Amino acid sequence: MSEIILKIENISKQYRLGLVGRGTLSDDLKRWWFKISGKEDPFLKIGEVNDRNTVGNSNYIWALKDINFEVKRGEVLGVIGKNGAGKSTLLKILSRVTSPTTGEIKTKGRIASLLEVGTGFHPEMTGRENIYLNGAILGMTKAEISFKMDEIISFSGCRRYIDTPVKRYSSGMTVRLAFAVAAFLEPEILIIDEVLTVGDAEFQKKAIGKMQELSKGEGRTVLFVSHNMDSIMRLCTKAILLKNGTIIESGSTSKIIDTYLKSEFGTTAIKKWKTNNLANNIVELLEVKAHDSSFEVKENFFITEAVGITLVYKALGTKTKIHAAFNFYNRNGINIFDSHENNTEYYSENKSKGIYETTVWVSKNLLSEGVILVGVALVTHDPFVVHFHEKDAIAFNMKENQDNSPTRGDYVGNLTGIIRPLLKWESKKRV
Amino acid sequence: MNTSKKEWIYTISPKRKLLDLNLKEVWQYRDLLFLFVKRDVVTVYKQTVLGPLWYLIQPLFTSVIFTLIFNNIANISTGNIPPFLFNLAGITIWNYFKECLTATSDTFKRNAGLFGKVYFPRLIMPLSTIFSNLIKFGIQLFVFIIFYIYFVLKGYDIQLNGLAVLFPLLIIVMAMLGLGLGMIISSLVTKYRDLTFLVSFGVQLLMYLSAVMYPISLVKEKLTGYSWVVEYNPMAQIVEVGRTMLLGDDDLSISLMIYPTVVSLAVFFIGLIIFNKTEKTFIDTV
Repeated sequence: MSEIILKIENISKQYRLGLVGRGTLSDDLKRWWFKISGKEDPFLKIGEVNDRNTVGNSNYIWALKDINFEVKRGEVLGVIGKNGAGKSTLLKILSRVTSPTTGEIKTKGRIASLLEVGTGFHPEMTGRENIYLNGAILGMTKAEISFKMDEIISFSGCRRYIDTPVKRYSSGMTVRLAFAVAAFLEPEILIIDEVLTVGDAEFQKKAIGKMQELSKGEGRTVLFVSHNMDSIMRLCTKAILLKNGTIIESGSTSKIIDTYLKSEFGTTAIKKWKTNNLANNIVELLEVKAHDSSFEVKENFFITEAVGITLVYKALGTKTKIHAAFNFYNRNGINIFDSHENNTEYYSENKSKGIYETTVWVSKNLLSEGVILVGVALVTHDPFVVHFHEKDAIAFNMKENQDNSPTRGDYVGNLTGIIRPLLKWESKKRV
Repeated sequence: MNTSKKEWIYTISPKRKLLDLNLKEVWQYRDLLFLFVKRDVVTVYKQTVLGPLWYLIQPLFTSVIFTLIFNNIANISTGNIPPFLFNLAGITIWNYFKECLTATSDTFKRNAGLFGKVYFPRLIMPLSTIFSNLIKFGIQLFVFIIFYIYFVLKGYDIQLNGLAVLFPLLIIVMAMLGLGLGMIISSLVTKYRDLTFLVSFGVQLLMYLSAVMYPISLVKEKLTGYSWVVEYNPMAQIVEVGRTMLLGDDDLSISLMIYPTVVSLAVFFIGLIIFNKTEKTFIDTV
């Protein structure tokens, strides 16, 4: 199974910025002149200079620059990157919608992408007619479609409406029908864009399930592009990270995701303050960090280990009761829970001048997979005053331990939910 | 591992030969071509009361108007051919060319949404237009035949020219000209939108230069200085030859076909080359 099925060599893509207007004609003429006089295209050079974010020098930019990678048969490759990193451009080139400026892609299998769900549907035609049309657009022959027609219709769940014009369909039904066609396409290499994961929960589940089936069950080669790190983590065996049109890292999925998240949030597991930026005379913040049970600062934790958050601060000696509070958010910005200091040794004491350290332990088997962002606050009660509140002070990453996941048991599917507690289950034989 | 070049099914690269047609691929997608034709034909008149009758109304009314203006008012002579039939023949032939040209000339712009998402040989799109218009042309030709029979029964001296067997060939030549021009324009439109405006009124102007409502001989006689505009217009030749084939007014020499055929072939191949070049990157500019 180690055969290379897709080989991408030195792929680059240049785009012209700004409006396509009268300038285009003169550039075209210049380009043509250089071509017939046997010189190199002058605009390919301009783009190179502009590569390093030197805005304003030229109207030409490289959306992709010297992309090289290989995909083996049966591999599920995740493509990660921020908006504008070049993911879509790469997909467009792979699906032959646009041509690369330089470089070459070699493939041993037919490439099809699921990003075109529903394209080419004609509202006036019936569901059945549209299945034929859409299937043919995606590269199937009429005979192939007829052969699979029954399966497609039942997968879509629109049998009752199949001979009604698509314009009478609800938008959900249209998507179902479209996905059903795409799902029965049988290319050797499948490209799946994150667009797919838009839709209602049931559709998403179905789509993800089908994808897993394709990649795991049938050993299909899949290129998967998504912003959803959880599904990348679960589906992909390897990943590449794109930034400003170049591959900055490739390798195992979890390693790549860590790199990506760190660069995306710009926050790490530890944060220190140098000067007293709180305009008060009660407290001064020093540092906050995430660490494991041996107080070692870490960015990646297994769900099965406890996470400690420690806040270090200096009381400035006005004899106040100061308490810490933490907010925990997941990467979708959902407040998982808050925790307020409530029973520490110094809880009910007025804090005299000195440096204090407060730690909260998030028990093991509580947080779910993904990035956790921690907000930090220092408050005094009676009267209630918030001295300090910083929202995304630190971030760390929760990972599933593939070999030991008690919350999962033998289940291999999707475990959703914003927390993943290990609960007590009881069962007994009644009769 | 030793991987020879042959194992790769296809490669994606920017380099391309001038005329890299890949007709094999077009053939693989023939079902799509058929389905596009079906879509075009079936959906045009959905939810209309008169349906495909619209295919007939337009040429008939145009012929009536032309007959009133050009023959009754302007007194253009059509020999012993009834003026209405003369105009109907010209319009039927011209319409096919016009539809081919206008429908293919915005291929890239109209289908940008589809082309931007999925790959199939782009040539399928204009080709399907040519075929679906052929069906429309067939219906219009059928109407022409009905009127033809009507006028024959009324005792007019009209008959098919012996060369009428070549009529299908003429249609192919015309389709190539329309397709070729359409492909050239559609490729240029992706960058220069100006052409969209040019096409809509340019086609109209071209009709007046294409001997649709007058015989070429009349232009030669009345506009001696400028008649070359019409004579060098391949469409004028095609319309004239086609009409003569159908109505057999005077002797027809096969040599008249040579000029329009050569021009059409040239335009067609230039169109193919430009279209091929454009299809690879148009999505970046459209």
